Amino acid sequence: MVRFENVGLRYGMGTEVLRDISFAIEPQSFQFLTGPSGAGKTTLLRLILMSLRPTRGFISLFGQDVSQLGKDEISAIRRRVGVVFQDFRLLDHLTTYENVALPLFVQGQEDRTYRPQVIELLRWVGLGDHIHAYPPVLSGGEKQRAAIARALIVQPELLLADEPTGNVDPTLARRLLRLFMELNKSGTSVIIATHDLALMDQFDSAKRFVLGEGRLHVYD
Amino acid sequence: MSMTDHTDQDADLGFDDDQPAGRRAGAKSRLARAAQKRGPSRLALIPADTTASRALVTVIAIMTFLATLTGGGAVLVYDASKGWDSSISQEMTIQVKPVLGRDVEADVRKSAELARNMPGFSEVRTFSNDESTKLLEPWLGAGLDLSGLPIPRLIVLKLAGSPRPNLDELRRQLHQQVPSAVLDDHRLWLERLGTMSRALVLVALVVLGLVLTAMALAVAFATQGAMAGSREIVDVLHFVGAEDRFIANEFQRHFLKLGLKGGFIGGGGALIVFFLAGIATSWWVTSLEGNQVEALFGNFALGSAGYVTIVVIACAIAALTALMSRSVVLRRLRKVN
Repeated sequence: MVRFENVGLRYGMGTEVLRDISFAIEPQSFQFLTGPSGAGKTTLLRLILMSLRPTRGFISLFGQDVSQLGKDEISAIRRRVGVVFQDFRLLDHLTTYENVALPLFVQGQEDRTYRPQVIELLRWVGLGDHIHAYPPVLSGGEKQRAAIARALIVQPELLLADEPTGNVDPTLARRLLRLFMELNKSGTSVIIATHDLALMDQFDSAKRFVLGEGRLHVYD
Repeated sequence: MSMTDHTDQDADLGFDDDQPAGRRAGAKSRLARAAQKRGPSRLALIPADTTASRALVTVIAIMTFLATLTGGGAVLVYDASKGWDSSISQEMTIQVKPVLGRDVEADVRKSAELARNMPGFSEVRTFSNDESTKLLEPWLGAGLDLSGLPIPRLIVLKLAGSPRPNLDELRRQLHQQVPSAVLDDHRLWLERLGTMSRALVLVALVVLGLVLTAMALAVAFATQGAMAGSREIVDVLHFVGAEDRFIANEFQRHFLKLGLKGGFIGGGGALIVFFLAGIATSWWVTSLEGNQVEALFGNFALGSAGYVTIVVIACAIAALTALMSRSVVLRRLRKVN
């Protein structure tokens, strides 16, 4: 599904922030990406999301060489990936419903075709009473769940979540983890970037990708 | 994954509404009402109700007003020049100058007779001495005794339309039999009026072009500003798989709405101005000054062509706004990528 071979990345003429990164993400797998702050977790997720290009190495996504992809092909691949950003990235002028429906709207679907599905998902993540609310009036946990719902609405083959529990209390963090585990059971590969060791301990069977000093170590 | 599979797990997942009661309740209900009012038909991805959007609508409205005034003015001038052309070209004049040793009344009669004998004129009317004198009143004033002045006498010839009179032959006969008579077919006037009206229309087109250019630049800057302000929106759209074309379409739709709004206000304003000007001149036309202005510029009443021109200009400005924004967005996205 995702394959990195000897990938390196540097910004400008600086030293490499990621060096010789090699790993593979299998379908329906679950992995934590961890490491100290500034280790490059978000950068690695951005490489997977193709919002950054590596300075060297080989990346393939869904069997396609990323370096050979055109812009429209990149967009098509992104539609198969759900992303939960650390800062949520909800659009403040859209309601919760509209934010969650956004990926389907972008795909050209009609509101009447996806409305029941979006409302059902919002109920599933506990936001059934906040459909018409705007992000500025949501709590941190509600925003987090709205961002997760937006990532899930397209039923992605791969979910990238950047510090999805960074803004919530431990109880809500556990609930969110269970949500990701449910999602994984239903067939989605999940990568969660976190430095919350307690969270990772709750799911021992997940792979751990540990970033440190620009290098990646994989622990099964 | 089917969402239905998970509905029964709501309780297990434990996502109950953790919002404290009363907190933000007022704001929520207000936003909820606004969202319901907007309806589910289509997401407005680019925020419309911003200061920049309102400012751009104002700029477009002013530009449209100026452009449509210019366009409507050009149509008025063109229509007026057509009026001059058709009214003057339907008439000709024989001017008989008083010459020492000749009987001017006899010369006038002879000239009129020659004209009547020439096929192609529907009416030959000789202006009396009093009528000729009256024509000078606007310049010399009324009540003056002009009997001592050698005032030319006029014979007005109205064209029948078909057959066309043989003007060369009439000129030859007048030259031979009434040397003091001159046939004036107003060709010089027609040429001058034609040149003037063409120049005015050209000036109007240049002004229109300048206004449209200024507006296009304003829209380009506004689009760049909107893109800079919507950077996060563009990023999110990219991350959820939007293609550049989709993003450009959203900006284009947003700016088309602003363009139509500005065009409607500006074009509507121009239509009202022309309508009121038409009414005002129709009242004013009863005065002597009004008569002269009407003779030169028409009655300021736009015909259907004028109103269509204004609507077309307003729509063209809206379309230009949309296309300009699309072009700017696509160029910016290419650079970003």
